[in-house]
Amino acid sequence: MSDQDSVISCHNLWKVFGPGRMPDLGPATTAEELRASGHIAAVRNVSLSIKRGEMLVVMGLSGSGKSTLVRCFARLLDATSGAVMVEGRDIGAMTEPELIDLRRRKMGMVFQSFGLLPHRTALENVAFPLEMRGQDRNSRIARATEMLSLVGLKGREGYFPHELSGGQQQRVGIARSLAVEPDIWFLDEPFSALDPLIRREMQDEFLRLKAMVAKTIVFITHDFDEAIRLADRIAIMKDGAVEQCDTPERIVMAPATEYVAKFTSAIDRARVVRAGALARPARGQSVEGGALPAQATLHEIARQVVSDPRPHLPVTAADGGLLGLMDRAEALDIILGPAA
Amino acid sequence: MTVVSLHAAPAAFDQRRTAQALLLLAALLTVGRNVLPDQLARLPEAMVIPFAHWINAVFAFLRDDLGLMSLTRAFSDMVEFCLDVTANLLYGKARWPRVGPIPWVVIAATAATVGHALGGRRLAVLAGGTFVWIALMGQWQWAMETLSVIVVAAPFSVLLGLALGTLAWRFRAAERVLNPLLNIAQSLPHFAYMIPVVVFIGVGPKAGAIVTIIFSVPPMIRLTLLGLRSVPPEIIESGKMSGATRWQLMTRVRLPAARTELLIGVNQVIMQSLAMVVLASFIGMPGLGQKLLQLLQALKIGLSFEIGLTIVLLAILLDRMSKAWAYRQPVHHAQGAAWVRRHPHLVVWLGLTAVGFALAALHPFFAEIERKQALSLAGPIDAGVDALLTVIAPVAEWLRWFLITWVLIPLRDAFLWLPTTAVLVFVAAIGWRVGGRRSALVCLGFVLPIALSGWWDRAMITVYMVTVSVVLALLIGVPLGLVAAARPQRAARMLLLCDTMQTFPSFIYLIPVIMLFGVNDVAVIAAVVVFATVPILRYTIEGLRGVPPELVEAAEMSGASRGQMLRHVKLPLAVPTLLVGANQSIMFSLFMVIIAAFIGTQDLGQEMQRALSSADVGKGLVLGFAVAFIGLLADHVLLTWSRGRVALLSSRAT
Ligand SMILES: Nc1ncnc2c1ncn2[C@@H]1O[C@H](COP(=O)(O)OP(=O)(O)OP(=O)(O)O)[C@@H](O)[C@H]1O
Ligand SMILES: [Mg+2]
Repeated sequence: MSDQDSVISCHNLWKVFGPGRMPDLGPATTAEELRASGHIAAVRNVSLSIKRGEMLVVMGLSGSGKSTLVRCFARLLDATSGAVMVEGRDIGAMTEPELIDLRRRKMGMVFQSFGLLPHRTALENVAFPLEMRGQDRNSRIARATEMLSLVGLKGREGYFPHELSGGQQQRVGIARSLAVEPDIWFLDEPFSALDPLIRREMQDEFLRLKAMVAKTIVFITHDFDEAIRLADRIAIMKDGAVEQCDTPERIVMAPATEYVAKFTSAIDRARVVRAGALARPARGQSVEGGALPAQATLHEIARQVVSDPRPHLPVTAADGGLLGLMDRAEALDIILGPAA
Repeated sequence: MTVVSLHAAPAAFDQRRTAQALLLLAALLTVGRNVLPDQLARLPEAMVIPFAHWINAVFAFLRDDLGLMSLTRAFSDMVEFCLDVTANLLYGKARWPRVGPIPWVVIAATAATVGHALGGRRLAVLAGGTFVWIALMGQWQWAMETLSVIVVAAPFSVLLGLALGTLAWRFRAAERVLNPLLNIAQSLPHFAYMIPVVVFIGVGPKAGAIVTIIFSVPPMIRLTLLGLRSVPPEIIESGKMSGATRWQLMTRVRLPAARTELLIGVNQVIMQSLAMVVLASFIGMPGLGQKLLQLLQALKIGLSFEIGLTIVLLAILLDRMSKAWAYRQPVHHAQGAAWVRRHPHLVVWLGLTAVGFALAALHPFFAEIERKQALSLAGPIDAGVDALLTVIAPVAEWLRWFLITWVLIPLRDAFLWLPTTAVLVFVAAIGWRVGGRRSALVCLGFVLPIALSGWWDRAMITVYMVTVSVVLALLIGVPLGLVAAARPQRAARMLLLCDTMQTFPSFIYLIPVIMLFGVNDVAVIAAVVVFATVPILRYTIEGLRGVPPELVEAAEMSGASRGQMLRHVKLPLAVPTLLVGANQSIMFSLFMVIIAAFIGTQDLGQEMQRALSSADVGKGLVLGFAVAFIGLLADHVLLTWSRGRVALLSSRAT
């Protein structure tokens, strides 16, 4: 992938916290070396590239540097070493007015602990970014009201953050980040405080939004189901480094490191793997009877796979043409777990 | 932690050995006072450094050569203009805008409405009641003179504090310069502020307002810094991501998010202003303070009691109101609520004001209550006090005699007899004991200038009075705190009482003691003791309450009796907190001893009053710094000690 079509990219990005002078950083620097000098490497030698309209989900244990990475993307933190390019420009080299302009027009962010302004009502919080860029009062109130009803907070416009529940506050944060219609959207555990029902609703809404307007999204979550539902690619972080950045299927089927394998071991593969991934070229074998859609997960077509006695099942691509054949035994292994 | 304590052990041992050696030296110097050369007992005259001359020279230079005079004049003119406006509105001074005085019923109604808006019915009653009381007792004019200054001084202080606090927050260098200055400023006695102001501005309400402004700025600076620092980072980041410029970030994110701390700062400013305005009577500031001073000097107990009550009521009212404001959380209104619904207090206030003006127009009683119409409790109070005094006179008389002849005079003579060098060595020993060589040097750095300033004997008298008072305060406060802390409810009630008493201007404490003991050293000590007991009581309770319950339970399970529990578990753990209380107590005592000087003491305070009346800046500031250094010395020793204890406790716990 070239840098031209990537919206955000970073090369050998480091973010090191700690006192005094920063140590010299190279690809070989280890976390232990840094710790010895009293430094913490929150982001370690990360190189990533995110395409326009792509959604990257960042996962990892608590403290693995997810929030820090996103903060570097938005230049809320200055990178210790390495560069972050946003739409082809080095964000670290931008002047303050340029940065402010970029954030006003292009970026939105949902914060892990909401970051709502305590002295403003929900409506005023959502309208805040619009106010900052000098939009007139009536239009910003209209827009903020619309955003609040989008996240299901109609009727709570006048409430202050301390009068709202955690989940409601989180939704105010989401509405605020959407108010400026950002092209680039950072979401730091945006659904963590929501109950399962609303969470599901918000995810659906989220997918709908994503389909409607091509936003480039970096999404942090601890929830694998959520990641699989939403992600184009998943990046798994450990101790500040990205262990693997790939499609959900490849993360599960072809883990790059042992850590990733362990991290994903508890996942129901059937929910991740799509029929297309198992299709092998037909090589002239004859196929008749019902075919399976390539983009369906095995979980969705489990009933058919189990009840169809043929050893090889045809898989059709989105355009209706034959993609290949799926080995039924292999599919059953994934759906039911390997035979004992 | 164990590693740390292993390393710390030899150091602590050395520290103790050096301290003991120094103590021995101090003891030898004391014992051998009569055989040792005089130079060791008192530093020779030749060594006295003319600090006062230098300061006077600097001030003369500032005044005459730097054009500072015109700057201060511009500032004081601005303050004076504001003062004239409030004076006209509140008590009808013949100045622009010439619409006042506002009838007292309107002011009382305004206060009650504001009270209700901030703190509900109880605060409304307190606010309205206070002003009705002031009006009915015929103190309106004085109270308004006092308030008119606070109303002007407090906003100036707040703005100044905000500006300086923001500067310190923005620039590390500014903070590094301001911090020690604030430490000194907050331990300088009130009079030290008055003298330069008298030199630059003169006497009267304008000088009173300006000294009040300067005096009440430090806490606002501190709390601005604290508030700006404590805004959660995510809030700031969300502001940045919204595309806020630096200015927008400051005005719309940081400052509003630091609202509570800033308003606590406002509360402190108001309380400091009240304390200072009352004391500014010494530089010709009219109002409640001046009246109180005159009445006390004339020993009119009943009348001064009435004024004292007013000051206390105002203190409680201003404190409660500003705190309620600080802690108030915004509340939403039902959607589409009518304007009247959204602003109920404004509507009520408009109504009450209209009624008030109407009443005032109908009958002058509602506009202004003249002195002869006023009620007075002075007669009955005087009679009551007289009756009380005849009953307790023999006891009080005996107590006074006993204290003066057997405690105070011998102690004072002992303090004065101590050789200067012995005191210096002793202080170094204490410093070394609590914090090694560095602390010893810091402590000497505070005492040596006093010795070199030529005011040693006066300083020793101040130290003696403070020592006696704080020891008595400890003897009273700690047991009282133990009793109070035994029950949670009792503790809460006692803490509330302490909080309330701490809001009173120090001057107030002089009324009852003068009533009981007359005008002498015992009265001063008694006032200081009462004033100094409050923080000790408070920190004893808080220290005991802060003991972790699991430790208490563990001790209970080990079968500790109540006495054992107190001695071995609770008190040792409460000591660091108690030391903080003792530190505050010493500060309070110092201030009070200096203030009480007008009753007749022979310490630094008396000299300060002389410097004040002769407008001698150099002398006044030297004396002020001497007092501040005594306070800072105690502060350094006690806080270092307290920190050491905390470290010790936590290293043992692991
Ligand atoms: N301002 C800071 N100063 C020092 N260390 C920091 C700072 N911010 C983060 N860290 C450290 O960097 C590491 C990564 O933190 P980060 O907040 O990025 O983790 P995270 O992956 O977002 O965790 P979580 O899932 O709990 O949100 C942690 O070890 C943290 O202690
Ligand atoms: Mg995080």
